[in-house]
Amino acid sequence: MNLAPFRDPAIAARLIEETHRVQSRPWVIMETCGGQTHAILRLGLDQLLPRGLELVHGPGCPVCVTPAPLIDHAIALAARPEVILATFGDMMRVPGTASTLFAARAAGGDVRMVYSALDALELAHTNPDREVVFFAIGFETTAPGSAQAVMRARSQGVANFSLLSAHVLVPAAIRYLLEDPGNRVQGYLAAGHACAVLGGQPYEELAARFHVPIVITGFEAIDLLRGILRVVQMLEAGEARVENAYERVVHHEGNLQAQDAIWNVFMSRGREWRGIGLIPASGLTLKPEYSAWNAQLKFGPPAETSTEPGICISGLVLQGLKKPPECPAFGRECTPGHPLGAPMVSAEGACAAYFSYQRMPEGRDDKSPGSEGAA
Amino acid sequence: MCIAAPGRVIRLFQREGLEMGEVDFGGIAREVCLAHVPGVRAGDHVMVHAGFALEIIDESEVARFQQLWREVLTGGRAGEESP
Repeated sequence: MNLAPFRDPAIAARLIEETHRVQSRPWVIMETCGGQTHAILRLGLDQLLPRGLELVHGPGCPVCVTPAPLIDHAIALAARPEVILATFGDMMRVPGTASTLFAARAAGGDVRMVYSALDALELAHTNPDREVVFFAIGFETTAPGSAQAVMRARSQGVANFSLLSAHVLVPAAIRYLLEDPGNRVQGYLAAGHACAVLGGQPYEELAARFHVPIVITGFEAIDLLRGILRVVQMLEAGEARVENAYERVVHHEGNLQAQDAIWNVFMSRGREWRGIGLIPASGLTLKPEYSAWNAQLKFGPPAETSTEPGICISGLVLQGLKKPPECPAFGRECTPGHPLGAPMVSAEGACAAYFSYQRMPEGRDDKSPGSEGAA
Repeated sequence: MCIAAPGRVIRLFQREGLEMGEVDFGGIAREVCLAHVPGVRAGDHVMVHAGFALEIIDESEVARFQQLWREVLTGGRAGEESP
């Protein structure tokens, strides 16, 4: 795939120039996806945009918003001798209340990293005397794969496979942020790959009701700059529509087959988001007809709730209310090697992005956050 | 976690009734589930995330984008994103 046009410096220069030209006053834009946050900081796009254009980082990092009690539950399941706990690599180092899945593995738990939900199902085939629990993380991007694995488990009669679902939906979180009286975000870059599945439709009502422009945006430099420019142009013109600046991948109606897979297997329900709270209709849980593959029902409910370390402000970071360097622990007590909150762990967490690309707080003399992760 | 990688479908096959494909990611081939992209053909580019193709990449959009910007940068047009 020739991505050169979407990385073309001449096009980037024109888009940046145009953004400077059209912007007449300060605006606050949120990129909702952690992958976009990392791309913006890695490419230094934030430093090329007009000064009055503030980019804040949204809750679009699924491992960051997975609540600690759910991670504790996965860790508890991993400690059971009959269980193989399978999950994506991103989840391994995210702290629960007191531990991580990596630590659970070091302590003897059988924790496996998988690339795909189908790999977890394959583990159930090859280990018929064990119980394989797939700790299913991700937004609407990974949910169709989990759904496909569960449908196949049912059609093939695989009884030793179950799903611990931590799937969440992006539009519900955006709605939650828009309803917050403290919200200061005026325009949104919608996460391109999540929109590839659900399409632009779920955002139409949000754009109209809250009068915010929302632009479906990809991940290359030009994709991001186009998305930002379109949001600024609409803000300047007082317009609030959903537009698609990721046309090569996203159709307005989304991917209907992937949606069918999701809604065949899952139903939405309220879900706790780490550091944020309960968001209505934001989580995906297995429908009753798939109860036999629901790890929560198979193994019982999780233990008691937990709290974040007091100093960590990750909840505010995930809501776009604070930036990582505003946290007193950032780059000091909290680093990728010793994370206090999930956004410092994940490859898409905003705190890890700020740390890796050395966006240190102004006035701090420790400009170099150390060798770790900063290479 | 929502980063997806573009790859080119080398061949399609079925595994126990599931549509699968071998996809080339710049020289590295991997098996990918194609169940959610019906109509995909060998040679198509797909966006792949966690072992599943999310969508077929619309190459006509890529060509349209390239053509438009070629015109913009050679002075033929004022700019795609201009109001």
